[in-house]
Amino acid sequence: MNEKFNTLTSTFYPLPIENVDTDQIIPARFLKATDKEGFGDNLFYDWRYDSKGNPNNDFVLNNKLYNGSVLVAGKNFGSGSSREHAAWAVRGFGFKVVVSSFFADIFKNNALNNGVLPVVVSEGFLAKLFDNVKSNPKTTVTVDLFSQTITNNTENISEHFDINPYKKDCLLNGFDDIDYLLSKKKNIEEFEKNRK
Amino acid sequence: MKTLFDKIWDSHVVSSVADGPDQLYIDRHYCHEVTSPQAFQGLRNRNLKVFRPERTICSPDHNIPTKNQELPIEDPISKKQVDTLKNNAEQFGLTYFGLGNKKNGVIHIIGPEQGLTLPGMTIVCGDSHTSTHGAFGAVAFGIGTSEVEMVLATQCVLQPKPKTLRINIEGELSKGVTAKDVVLYVISKVTTGGATGYFIEFAGSVIRNMSMEARMTVCNMSIEMGARGGIIAPDETTFEYVKTRENAPKGKDWDKALEYYKSIVSDSDAVFDKELTFYADDIKPMVTYGTNPGMGMSIDSAIPSLDEIDEAGKVSFIKSLDYMGFKPGEKLEGKSVDYVFLGSCTNGRIEDFRTFASVVKGKKRSENVTCWLVPGSWSVEEQIRKEGLDKIFEQAGFELRQPGCSACLAMNEDKIPSGKYSLSTSNRNFEGRQGPGARTILCGPLVAAYAAINGVITDPRKF
Repeated sequence: MNEKFNTLTSTFYPLPIENVDTDQIIPARFLKATDKEGFGDNLFYDWRYDSKGNPNNDFVLNNKLYNGSVLVAGKNFGSGSSREHAAWAVRGFGFKVVVSSFFADIFKNNALNNGVLPVVVSEGFLAKLFDNVKSNPKTTVTVDLFSQTITNNTENISEHFDINPYKKDCLLNGFDDIDYLLSKKKNIEEFEKNRK
Repeated sequence: MKTLFDKIWDSHVVSSVADGPDQLYIDRHYCHEVTSPQAFQGLRNRNLKVFRPERTICSPDHNIPTKNQELPIEDPISKKQVDTLKNNAEQFGLTYFGLGNKKNGVIHIIGPEQGLTLPGMTIVCGDSHTSTHGAFGAVAFGIGTSEVEMVLATQCVLQPKPKTLRINIEGELSKGVTAKDVVLYVISKVTTGGATGYFIEFAGSVIRNMSMEARMTVCNMSIEMGARGGIIAPDETTFEYVKTRENAPKGKDWDKALEYYKSIVSDSDAVFDKELTFYADDIKPMVTYGTNPGMGMSIDSAIPSLDEIDEAGKVSFIKSLDYMGFKPGEKLEGKSVDYVFLGSCTNGRIEDFRTFASVVKGKKRSENVTCWLVPGSWSVEEQIRKEGLDKIFEQAGFELRQPGCSACLAMNEDKIPSGKYSLSTSNRNFEGRQGPGARTILCGPLVAAYAAINGVITDPRKF
């Protein structure tokens, strides 16, 4: 079971970089854990810290002006490896929503399987959010999963976002895929019998 | 009316969730040490067994050292992860090819070698380069750890069916152009996210004329344009490769299987959601200049200038070139390199070592370049020795290491130091991919070999 998701209003961290890959989200040398905890500490490690391990003050996660449980990132977020550690790191840091104009497939699946909602918005909506937060870091968004809308509360503009109805149902209720598949064991055995 | 992909996918659908994903049956599950521990722990938490243990194959590859594998792994955290896979395989009754076992190696290399990958299969692994197996006419794709748990528990995953994209590559490749150059060229055109949501079928005369090794290199990098996977219709080249492999069907079973394999081609009237065609004449030896595999160019051209980049992409473009220490409009030919890496699930097969050897034979390694030659498996290593390539490497001043993922993602000791340039036959040039601060230039084995000798980026067509 994951945590249930419904609506959320929050300030956000802007990361206006395109093609943020999973090696940036969580570098490979941090993948050696055998549990799912603690990855949030190493989220964006090589951008967040210098080579001596001191916080890089230019990086958005270290900028005290910003906070919130939403990450707003440039196009094609999460490209690269299938490491679910990327989703664990995003969740571990405290993000419940990632907003971008485009997501890589595997990251999107992994996020949804961990109760993190990827919200796809138009390029224009994304650009406006980056603009607004530059002049006012306390800019907020409201994400309503039930009605599938995201609102830029500064501009009072909303956009509809797509989500697979099954996945939406899972998030609203905190279900995960494995519960569903386990309930289908009979079908699986039947499938195996019939294909021989 | 059906594509090759549709035929295989549809025949593996156990059920479809209303308005949702398909429940897809998985024939083969490969498992390595990095993305599986939490999945096995999930099974324990739910008190579950592995549903079909005979369908899962485990082999540690990401963390393992490429020297002195007979000794205990020095890094205690790496050792723990490898030991965890061994213990999980034992506890759940799974096939395990550990260190010291001649069947161990990079999982995407050993699967095909042992005939564990066969045409028509659905194949998954907690690794995005699972797409490699698509070269055999299998639907193969990477999954996350939650999905690894699903496969272990039920032999199924829930997946929305991707759209289909056919990429035709027509004509005849010029001298000096390898399969890696072909795929780097395609990615540079499609861009790093351009095939997201699609499953690619690679087709056309260039693909048909490729060996299985070359086809694996192409399918391997499907994910680098965002695609779920890549697939190539099985043909005589495929059957010839598969037939004698350890786990391939034998005798009457083979005849029956062959009949099926021959049927899994796209129908002539099959419709793809998207279709692209590229021409061999346009493809030259390739290198990347930026920090994603889509930032590639032919070896004789220059990095784009700033005004060629669209507005939204400028920040990322500049950041990328800053990281690489390159300038817009600059040429890379003639630039010094510090490291050369031959290996990985992209270019760690016997053909890659033959190609490399053909260049370095009778020459000497440049003293400025550190070279890591890492076979993808013990079987590749054995073949290298059988053909005497090891002698060629030795005489030219190269050292052959032991199999593993190695510097492709630098989870073991094989890390490129910060700021150093690495000419690498692997699949990703992301920031820090080969070690914190490492600067990766992706290329094929031929470009890598010339750089290893000359110490600078060299166009192989000039020799």
